[in-house]
Amino acid sequence: MIDQILMVLIDGINYSAWLFLAAVGLTLIYGVMKIVNVAHGSFYALGAYMAASVVGAWVTLDYPPYLYYLALFAAALISGFTVGPLVERVLLRYQYEKDEVVILLITYALFLVMEDVIKLIWGVNPYFIVEPYAYLGNFSVGEMTYPNYYILMFGLAITVGLALTFVLKKTHFGRMLVSVIHDREISAAMGIDVGKIFVVTFSVGCALAGIAGAFTAPTISVSPGLGVEVIVLSFAVVVTGGLGSLPGVALAAIIMGLVRAFCIHYIPHLELFVIFGVMALVLAFRPRGLFSLAEARKI
Amino acid sequence: MNFDKSIVRLAIVFIGILLLSGFIPQWAMFMLTIACANGMAVLGLMLFLRAGLVSFGQALFFCTGAYAAGLLALKFDITEMTVLIIVSGIASGFMAYILGFLLAKYRGIFFGLLSLAFSMILYGLLVKTEALGSTDGFNVPAVTIFGWLPDLSVVRVAVLGMAFLIILLSVSFVNMLLKSPRGLLLTAIRDNEIRAEYMGASAQKTIHLFYVISGVLAGLGGAIAAVAVGHIDPTMSFWTTSGEMIFIAILGGTGSVIAPFIGALVFGIIHTIAFSYSPNTWQMVIGLSLIFVILLLPNGLWSLREKFGKRKS
Amino acid sequence: MSNVILHAEGLNKSFGAVTAAANINVEVQQGSVLGLIGTNGAGKTTFVNMITGYLKPDSGKVIFGGRDITRLAPREITKLGICRSFQIPQLYNSMTALENLEVSYGIVSLMENNGSLFTKTNAPIPSYGKTIRLLAEEALEKFGLTQYRDKTARVLPGGVRKLLDIAMAMSVRPKILLLDEPTSGVSAEEKFDIMDMVMKAVRQGNTTVMFVEHDMDIVSRHAERVLAFYSGEIIADEAPEIALRDPRVIKYIVGENHSPAHQGEH
Repeated sequence: MIDQILMVLIDGINYSAWLFLAAVGLTLIYGVMKIVNVAHGSFYALGAYMAASVVGAWVTLDYPPYLYYLALFAAALISGFTVGPLVERVLLRYQYEKDEVVILLITYALFLVMEDVIKLIWGVNPYFIVEPYAYLGNFSVGEMTYPNYYILMFGLAITVGLALTFVLKKTHFGRMLVSVIHDREISAAMGIDVGKIFVVTFSVGCALAGIAGAFTAPTISVSPGLGVEVIVLSFAVVVTGGLGSLPGVALAAIIMGLVRAFCIHYIPHLELFVIFGVMALVLAFRPRGLFSLAEARKI
Repeated sequence: MNFDKSIVRLAIVFIGILLLSGFIPQWAMFMLTIACANGMAVLGLMLFLRAGLVSFGQALFFCTGAYAAGLLALKFDITEMTVLIIVSGIASGFMAYILGFLLAKYRGIFFGLLSLAFSMILYGLLVKTEALGSTDGFNVPAVTIFGWLPDLSVVRVAVLGMAFLIILLSVSFVNMLLKSPRGLLLTAIRDNEIRAEYMGASAQKTIHLFYVISGVLAGLGGAIAAVAVGHIDPTMSFWTTSGEMIFIAILGGTGSVIAPFIGALVFGIIHTIAFSYSPNTWQMVIGLSLIFVILLLPNGLWSLREKFGKRKS
Repeated sequence: MSNVILHAEGLNKSFGAVTAAANINVEVQQGSVLGLIGTNGAGKTTFVNMITGYLKPDSGKVIFGGRDITRLAPREITKLGICRSFQIPQLYNSMTALENLEVSYGIVSLMENNGSLFTKTNAPIPSYGKTIRLLAEEALEKFGLTQYRDKTARVLPGGVRKLLDIAMAMSVRPKILLLDEPTSGVSAEEKFDIMDMVMKAVRQGNTTVMFVEHDMDIVSRHAERVLAFYSGEIIADEAPEIALRDPRVIKYIVGENHSPAHQGEH
């Protein structure tokens, strides 16, 4: 019995960590810019593919294994901070005043384009970069063995969460962000360079998606179509937590991860269903999500 | 704009195509039939665009209709196309009715992405269901039309003719609907939902209603596709299928009830050309075209007709 | 006088530290015309919002035609017979003036046909005896808007938008019509004409009218009774001649320069 509980807990927390990392960039971008970045999924994929290349090269060049994680991190940052600003400045910059559905369609179109660009660059065959995952070894709990990578992911999620909270509450930039989150126009009137905030936020959001992708890459086969489940799941998590809310996305990730682990332990088929089930349940009682910051456009 | 004239013209075009069918190559007829199927689904989407809503998961109902038709034919040995069509409509309509209780409460991005989510849930369920062939899907046996089993040489024409019939009926119905008080209300809700509520209307009820109609239309389209292709699989509910439908909707615009079919035809042609050159960049083509159309032609291809064509009616 | 059609009982509403309504008690007689005056934030809009279902009071009741409507949704309250116009006209901006009214009468038609999908546009609305199109055209005429028939609502001038907004509210033939600042944003020359036209069109059906106004001349001209709001309370509930001379009303609302003794400021 205890074994069962521990099993569900460990798997649950691992999945929660992944959900949080995957979704946090999306909620950040929404909170500040009030747009749903559908291309979030492809930035995740980009991070994963970039990681595949960087780590692939790293291994071939026989660089020190303990720096794998730095490599993963670097891959994510590169993908986020090169493509991110480019997309924002070229495509999105002039669209913010438009209807939100139009912007949604634009990021959706961007998603379509990026999916194929990734295919053109990296091809359609899967990549396996299992080294960073295997290198860490395993730990045991009772009779079950788990990869130490789980601990890494958990630590990463906590770090990202704390770092973002710190930036938002304690730094000057963070305070400007919070101001823009609450009211874009008044912030601009107060002299805040909203354009700059947007570029930086978008890039950070994409980089966060990239981090999630890069650090997940060692645990899966990196192949086309990686991004689509991510956007759908991330959206569910973000909406459940409350669009734009950082504590919200954390709490939603925890709940969903644990519930999912519990459910698939007994009925494996229910995966995606469970996540959306939780979302529907939360929305039925709290239409704006757990911690609402923005309206859920419900009348 | 006088829709009734458009419908009459459409009927004439349809009859013309059927009469000339001897000269039309098989692949072209197939493409036309698929365009009909897609057009039906997009007709449903267009209803939502009128209300200011975009569904990113229209493929859900398309797929439901297709599977309903396919299952009925394969597992229950019912191969009469009229029956298949009707059952598909009921199945997808019912699905829309249930989901509508949740979805009709939301607008904007929520509506869009929630519908995407449901379509992906169906995809996931179908993929995991062995009995339905999981990712491979299954084949649809040959159908009879009003009791007659068409010979292989004419089966494409027959199915196309049936598709035409369904389209004409649907388009007439939608046309009547859009001109009715309920239809006017749909556009009013897009403009000022609060005002409509303060006049006693129920926005939620109206949207729920149109959600069901949209679902039925897409389901009928799915059934046509199932029969025309002879095969169904879970990708019919995949997000890319919904994406193509959105693309067609934006391409065609909301100007007329026949716009979705024109958009679907153009799409079919682009698809055939682009896919034969480079299958791996198909999504990119759609994405770039979508961006192009959104930024430069906000009213879709239909607006070109108004700019360059003669103002009919 | 005839019977009480609306009864607000002990309405209270606070937003944090701000008291928007403090024990409001009002009885409205059927067929009367009530003017609601008060500075911004005095509580008149809150009162209107509580009657139309947009806000729920913290305590107290609103009884309409013998029925407790306090907790009902705006839509239900409209169906029961209270309809309002808006301070900032709420129109269907992409539709023409005629279409705006067709939508409004269309809603009535749907309600009478129990929301049937097959409600025909060219069949007469049962209790009105006329088709939607005809009713819409007549409404345009009644409010002097016929020349704007085919113009998109978005491009209509301010006074016209106001009239259209009110015409739409009238389409449901409400028992109580609530006009929220019907002449605000309208030029000084047009104010009186617009209000005269509105009241003439409205009074044909013996509708009870409640209007919120800042212009005391309009209030004197049209109101049979005045409710003066201040700080969430009603400080006067009298005929206009009396209310507008009440020292508290003059002090808080009308202002020394605008009291009846000092005409000619407008």
